[in-house]
Amino acid sequence: MTQAEIKLCSLLLQEHFGEIVEKIGVHLIRTGSQPLRVIAHDTGTSLDQVKKALCVLIQHNLVIYQVHKRGVVEYEAQCSRVLHMLRYPRYIYTAKTLYSDTGELIVEELLLNGKMTMSAVVKKVADRLTETMEDGKTMDYAEVSNTFVRLADTHFVQRCPFVPATENSDPGPPPPAPTLVINEKDMYLVPKLSLIGKGKRRRSSDEDATGEPKAKRPKHIADNKEPIPDDGIYWQANLDRFHQHFRDQGIVSAVANRMDQIFRSLPVGYNISKQVLDQYLTLLADDPLEFVGKSGDSGGGMYVINLHKALGSLATATLESVVQERFGSRCARIFRLVLQKKHLEQKQVEDFAMIPAKEAKDMLYKMLSENFISLQEIPKTPDHAPSRTFYLYTVNILSAARMLLHRCYKSIANLIERRQFETKENKRLLEKSQRVEAIIASMQATGAEEAQLQEIEEMITAPERQQLETLKRNVNKLDASEIQVDETIFLLESYIESTMKRQ
Amino acid sequence: MAGNKGRGRAAYTFNIEAVGFSRGEKLPDVVLKPPPLFPDTDYKPVPLRTGEGEDYMLALKQELRETMKRMPYFMETPEEKQDIERYSKRYMKVYKEEWVPDWRRLPREMMPTKKCKKAGHKSKKAKVTGQGTSLTNPADVLKKIEELEKRGDGEKSDEENEEKEGSKEKSKEGDDDEEDDAAEQEEYDEEEQEEENDYINSYFEDGDDFGADSDDNMDEATY
Repeated sequence: MTQAEIKLCSLLLQEHFGEIVEKIGVHLIRTGSQPLRVIAHDTGTSLDQVKKALCVLIQHNLVIYQVHKRGVVEYEAQCSRVLHMLRYPRYIYTAKTLYSDTGELIVEELLLNGKMTMSAVVKKVADRLTETMEDGKTMDYAEVSNTFVRLADTHFVQRCPFVPATENSDPGPPPPAPTLVINEKDMYLVPKLSLIGKGKRRRSSDEDATGEPKAKRPKHIADNKEPIPDDGIYWQANLDRFHQHFRDQGIVSAVANRMDQIFRSLPVGYNISKQVLDQYLTLLADDPLEFVGKSGDSGGGMYVINLHKALGSLATATLESVVQERFGSRCARIFRLVLQKKHLEQKQVEDFAMIPAKEAKDMLYKMLSENFISLQEIPKTPDHAPSRTFYLYTVNILSAARMLLHRCYKSIANLIERRQFETKENKRLLEKSQRVEAIIASMQATGAEEAQLQEIEEMITAPERQQLETLKRNVNKLDASEIQVDETIFLLESYIESTMKRQ
Repeated sequence: MAGNKGRGRAAYTFNIEAVGFSRGEKLPDVVLKPPPLFPDTDYKPVPLRTGEGEDYMLALKQELRETMKRMPYFMETPEEKQDIERYSKRYMKVYKEEWVPDWRRLPREMMPTKKCKKAGHKSKKAKVTGQGTSLTNPADVLKKIEELEKRGDGEKSDEENEEKEGSKEKSKEGDDDEEDDAAEQEEYDEEEQEEENDYINSYFEDGDDFGADSDDNMDEATY
């Protein structure tokens, strides 16, 4: 794991789970697999806190455990899974577009809680949906269940590995940790539940707008008394399936852009007949992007989508775009040239790009220093003398993609840090505004006069309001940037993964 | 010898013109400091994408951030005592739902050791007898009794539990760790008693000994 990735994991864990979990998590990411006591000793944390932190991390599928010989249990962190926390909003939004609000809330609950039983999810989501409905209306469990089943069928949610039922005939001491198993065919099997019921609204007395909660609430003993029909069967969100969806989305939109260009040069026809479809496919196959390949003529021509090439094209397009935005369009021209011709000498670059020598050199060295372009040495003589060696410029897409990915991780870490800094700087003001809002809300609830409300609102002065506006704008911008950089990360990661698999 | 650079003059081993400098000696100065922290860029960044999807995801992100902080999984660090104990702090504590993990899915060593001393004794005894089947060696039993003799209250049971949880470890390591743990847990017990517990105190396997033994037995360990 690179330093940049570890730093990013640290920021994510801290934002989502607090500093203690962050300390334990980052330690495991750095050192690899370790047993409980070593973790406590090395991090200087009390055993109890380490246990709690590990429970949280295991619950969220960020840490796994394994029993080694002599009964020692070792814990290992899943760094890539931690980085996926960046993408939670995108997973939830995708679920919304595919399965509407019900699907959205199911995925959200699963992501927030790591793993849950189906009955727990259905109940929670029904309650939440009921809150948003008009007075008197409630959400039926059956509807939520149906959406859950559809999500399972399309593999967006999957079952977690479970503890196998052991026969009691096995003598001897119980193992230090259960071995969890899951069968391929069981992964999407929905248990036969008859969940009958409707969502419940939270009683208004439970909500305290004035911020005066009772110091101790009665524990929810009532809920625990009901037997859970699918006890032990936990579900989690299947992130890989979401990734597949994103990848397909990316390719489709790239092709759509392409089709747009081609489409405009063709006569517009509202009914797409078979012949026109044929034409389109041929065009796509001939297209230099090589997304679609024709593999044989059986059945009138079989077309295949070449995923690896598609991802490669997307990654290359990203690189070109970055060069253009960072160094200018002339640099981008040179970059595309070298990409196309694979290997070029300095002189050839100047000639083909039609850019004066001095500028061309300047641009090439700039790109070279940032590792978008690399030099390939080809010696003419065995002694590798520099004056008798060819130096060819080339673009190694895989290493350039890796370099860019690394920069993306750094960027997001910077964005998060800046956002935290901005929030901390204005902490006092934020707290004041929250207090004022709470006071106004409670006064409105108890029916206060307009004049009194005005007075309270004026507690925040105009320049302070300005400051708050600026803060909100900046935080929004930083958040939005994080989301968009994550899209680039996904693209580059997919390409690198696809390339590594082929080797 | 080493100082001779070709008849006293510097000579490059490569064709300097290829790099872009003429044969004159107008090489740029050597840079002796790191590049500036925020260098000026010639090109401004592309504006962010806007749209319904992006706006929704932004709102989602910010909501999620707030929600996470209120979940029971978010472990607050115990803040240091302030100079003046603010009365309002007590009433502004956000109520957090308790979360109890499914112990069947976790290694046994994950279960917390009991905090409250009184309740602790009973539960530890229950635990001890429950897990007693794993240590039926007479040697171990003797060891138990010896330790009961030597050490004081409470800590013994802690050590025994720690021993059992790492039962396959060598006893030497076990001993060293025990002392650390005893000290740790002693301090820890006192702190924990003052705070609200995250785990339900009443969770433990009810052994047959629950309630039957009184604490007096433990106090009078005089053999």
